[in-house]
Amino acid sequence: MTATTNRPALRLSLGPISYYWAKEKVDDFYAMAADAPVDIVYLGETICAKRNQLRFEDWLAIGERLEAAGKEVVLSTLALLEAESELIRLRSICDNDRWLVEANDMGAVHLLQGRPFAVGHSVNVYNDRTLALLARQGCKRWVLPVELTHETLAEMQQARPDGVETEVLGYGRLPLAYSARCFTARARNLPKDDCQGVCIDDPDGLVVSTQDDNRFLALNGIQTQSARTMNLLPELGRMRALGVDILRISPQANRTDQVIDLFHRVMTGELDPLDASDRLAQLMPTGPCDGYWHGAAGMDVQFRAGQAA
Amino acid sequence: MELVCPAGNLPSLKAAVDNGANAVYTGFRDDTNARHFAGLNFTPAKLTEGVRYARRKGVRLFIALNTYPQPGGFSRWQQAVDRAADLGVDALIAADIGVLDYAAQRHPGLNLHLSVQGSATNYEALKFYRDHFGVRRAVLPRVLSMSQIRHVVEHSPVEIEVFAFGSLCVMVEGRCILSSYATGRSPNTYGACSPASHVEWRETSNGLDTRLGGVLIQRHPKGENVGYPTLCKGTFRVGDNTYHAIEDPTSLNAMELLPRLVAAGVKAVKIEGRQRSPVYVAQVTRVWRQALDAFERAPEDFRPRPEWTAELGKVSEGAQTTLGAYHRPWQ
Repeated sequence: MTATTNRPALRLSLGPISYYWAKEKVDDFYAMAADAPVDIVYLGETICAKRNQLRFEDWLAIGERLEAAGKEVVLSTLALLEAESELIRLRSICDNDRWLVEANDMGAVHLLQGRPFAVGHSVNVYNDRTLALLARQGCKRWVLPVELTHETLAEMQQARPDGVETEVLGYGRLPLAYSARCFTARARNLPKDDCQGVCIDDPDGLVVSTQDDNRFLALNGIQTQSARTMNLLPELGRMRALGVDILRISPQANRTDQVIDLFHRVMTGELDPLDASDRLAQLMPTGPCDGYWHGAAGMDVQFRAGQAA
Repeated sequence: MELVCPAGNLPSLKAAVDNGANAVYTGFRDDTNARHFAGLNFTPAKLTEGVRYARRKGVRLFIALNTYPQPGGFSRWQQAVDRAADLGVDALIAADIGVLDYAAQRHPGLNLHLSVQGSATNYEALKFYRDHFGVRRAVLPRVLSMSQIRHVVEHSPVEIEVFAFGSLCVMVEGRCILSSYATGRSPNTYGACSPASHVEWRETSNGLDTRLGGVLIQRHPKGENVGYPTLCKGTFRVGDNTYHAIEDPTSLNAMELLPRLVAAGVKAVKIEGRQRSPVYVAQVTRVWRQALDAFERAPEDFRPRPEWTAELGKVSEGAQTTLGAYHRPWQ
């Protein structure tokens, strides 16, 4: 274990809301976040441009409130950019001169070059040569792609360019795929062009089960997620040793405040990570997984609830 | 319009060349490309033979190096780039920024194409790859509609190639990890989706179950045709409905869009299927050559002939074809 004394303490971030929530639910959520022990909050729609409960100005207003509450605000961008209207919106986000932007597509990276920016987990940073090139363009923060292991992260950390922060998704349903097709509309027998925003009915996504009743995936519009929630809290010690800067919690429909609280209390040493993970398992819509980090199938479970002494 | 055909071995390469391909794309025999299947692909010696064969007939040869190396394995991808450059291939098809950077720095004369695995769906992304690596062509993911393709081509700094026929990815290529979620292996990390090593076929009293990484993908009643358990084409349950929740077992066939693809300025059409047999490659290449020639002779009158559609239907997954995302209602 290497000394970490020269690095600032591990910070906690709240990732963008990946689901379609009503505006009041979003406002309530960020009112909670303003008082919660998170350091960084990522804002904005990253999945589908047709979700219109909040306008760009609404996001900016939320950002201002969070900044006033002492949070670092980052604006996140769409992962899948197809239409010109989406590029127009992207340009206005990238042109903001107030907050850092998280690029979730190489189109956003292209627009942000020459300024400081972050890249999210849907930008494929699988090796140090990729990270070095992005750093030369202004990348200040990257998020480990979720299918990579702690061993790969260790290799990446050794070669990490100066001035680049590493963030790891620590909690949330896993982002697994993006498509042109809207699977939520398909499940409702609606055409995508007339989807009526039905994904607003599934604030944690719509579960897909196998024919033998294994809750397997969650449909979130054009995105497919895991049904299980990844939890890397038991790996906190290893993350610190690897010099991870930021641990990310991905919002869920209910009790995200309790998730944040458990992470925070483990980070301050108040709670044991395994005890806290037992409690986290109770808060998940389906149950936990952590396979990717350990080099197994993503859905696998290395840490099992009830394992805590 | 360039016809780009797949080859997983030398007989397939010859079949593509002999039946009218303008270019053939291949891969080395390891996880440096996204068709990393047992017994498939080319040793350097075989590829040397392939390059010679294609050259003699005036056909271009591309090599795909389109997976995402991690730091520990990066030198193997470098060696593969060097080998491709030494072979004098007409294009290297790559996805990873690190690999593209190495290729552009080390072999400035090497013609680079952005693989479909590079997930570039908009012209701003294409500008990045042109500016940094001098990429001259990009293969678009199978997620754009026909009008979106036209818009990308109009603003693109590089030539555009699109998939025209073959197995259909319903997800943005290069950004789908469904396979590793169930098996630990994905196209990005391992060069294979739904790998055969993780497939189980289990007889039950009602028929046959197919599983991937232990996950039930398909339940076949007795007597039903059994397909390969590709994860996204499985039958799942959402609410009270049991159906192909993600995509039906079907193949892409964009032949009827050929006039619109040409009018949009698309430079090349790609046939999927490096994992398929030389017979498949010969059949599909021949039919598409006929279609492209017919279009060139009389663009106004072009319509896919029933015999072409029938022939392509025979080699399609589930014996059915779709226009996929090119056709808006599919989305």
